[in-house]
Amino acid sequence: MATVLEAADLRKSYGPIQALKGVSVTVGEGELVGLLGPNGAGKSTLVKIACGLVRPTAGAATIAGVPAGSPEAHRSLGYLAELFRFPDWLTADELLGMHQRLAGSDGGSAERERLLDVVGLGEAMTRRVGTMSKGMQQRLGIAQAMVGSPRVLLLDEPTSALDPAGRRTVRRLLEHLRDRGVAVLLNSHLLSEVELVCDRVAIIARGELVAAGTPEELSRPSGIEIETANGTRVLDAAAREDTPRIVRELVDAGEQIYGVRVLRSSLEDAYLEAVGEQ
Amino acid sequence: MSGAATIAAFALRESLRRRVFAVVGLLTIAFLALYGLGTWQLFDSVGEFEEPIEGIEARTVAGATILGLAMFATLFLGTILAVFLTLGAVRGDAERGLLQPVLVRPIHRRTVLAGRFAAAAGVCCLYVVIVFLAATAITWAFSDWWPDRTAGPALQLAAAVAVLAALSLAGSVLLSANANGIAVFMLFGAGLTAGLLGQIGEALGSRTLDRVADVVSWVLPFEALYQAALAAITADTVGFTRLAINLGPFGGAEAASPLLWPWVVAYLALVGLVATAAFGRRDL
Repeated sequence: MATVLEAADLRKSYGPIQALKGVSVTVGEGELVGLLGPNGAGKSTLVKIACGLVRPTAGAATIAGVPAGSPEAHRSLGYLAELFRFPDWLTADELLGMHQRLAGSDGGSAERERLLDVVGLGEAMTRRVGTMSKGMQQRLGIAQAMVGSPRVLLLDEPTSALDPAGRRTVRRLLEHLRDRGVAVLLNSHLLSEVELVCDRVAIIARGELVAAGTPEELSRPSGIEIETANGTRVLDAAAREDTPRIVRELVDAGEQIYGVRVLRSSLEDAYLEAVGEQ
Repeated sequence: MSGAATIAAFALRESLRRRVFAVVGLLTIAFLALYGLGTWQLFDSVGEFEEPIEGIEARTVAGATILGLAMFATLFLGTILAVFLTLGAVRGDAERGLLQPVLVRPIHRRTVLAGRFAAAAGVCCLYVVIVFLAATAITWAFSDWWPDRTAGPALQLAAAVAVLAALSLAGSVLLSANANGIAVFMLFGAGLTAGLLGQIGEALGSRTLDRVADVVSWVLPFEALYQAALAAITADTVGFTRLAINLGPFGGAEAASPLLWPWVVAYLALVGLVATAAFGRRDL
């Protein structure tokens, strides 16, 4: 899998505040990487450096092999900012048209219609941004980020204003993009969402990368839950390998067993442990 | 369409949709109507002085004076337009989250500045040229007096607002919208004040005041352009009429130095370079 986004030892200081203290992250072609961390951890700074909106104090970021921030890098990039706004006097169609011209996309009205359909705004083509709900604007923002079929998508809290149905739409869209080989760096506070769609997760706290891996790697075994005639009991210290022995011992002791479940800590547990907020 | 043209077209369309041009157009018509009323009243009174009095042509003095006032008003209105079209172009738009989606497109930041400048300067230059020519026509309609030069002063006023638009756009990189608007209007006021100081200095024979006015008019060349425009409308007027004109608000008028236009071009380029460098280093 070719790496299309690489952030190497990124450092960023705002005066005395060190927002990033040497963070390295990569995203490969067709990979969906979730960026997690508490408020002020440095996630948005990292994304902005990758977009070229913020200059790193040290380290470097590349998009498709060229320095982040260069027009060449921007040709491969789609971005939705966390605190974005679009001119309220533009219609959805006009907004996408402007971004097509800026991106050099020759997709024309077919691309605009397709993108609006994909995010569920097919009926809102001629509707002005100012009359849209925050959720609709967020969907439009995602459509805007996909103008010109970028190889890399950087999405900063793309579902924060969406209802559950909207989140599901975006989740499916992200999976579809991954299948098409688009690399996605998803910055989100919604752990369940990240757990559901991301191939890998990077957890940042206090400007440092404190954990990284697949959601399965980050969540760990945390005991066995056994349902017997006398009720449900949890054996915290037991590992998956202990299950046959424990079941055998309980059966030998005359217990009736109705169910056994190997427990794993959730991504939330892993996250809280990693950021030190347990 | 190039990136700069797309940005410029976007800025113009925004002004159109937000009815900026409609409001400006209506208020300008009101201003010109008021100017027409004043000019009519003025020449109604001047009409009794058909013959030159002690070599002073009353129509020329009155026409040049009232057109000079119209030029000041035109410059002021053009400045307001220039400032309001640019005061939040960079930091203001970035703080509102409007700029970031544009900057991650494959265009240079300098292209965004060039587009915004082209839109603002284009509108403001066209505006002051139209208002100046309209005021000139109104003056002529009521007085039969036509300025000695027309195209030159129109271009000089246009360049003056272009300079102010460039300063405001450059200021928008560093300052918040409010602070930038205040700063540009203060610079505008400083330039005009320096012009008045020059006029006082000339009357008093003060070389220091003259020098201050000279330096300021080079540092803020919109003032030098305004003075040159004022001087040009009575460029061929001589004798006692000239003296009478100099006693009025035209005392500060200074004919354009041969270096003025090259300096204005260099100044715009310099402001553009500084703005581009500052924008390039700015985290958004």
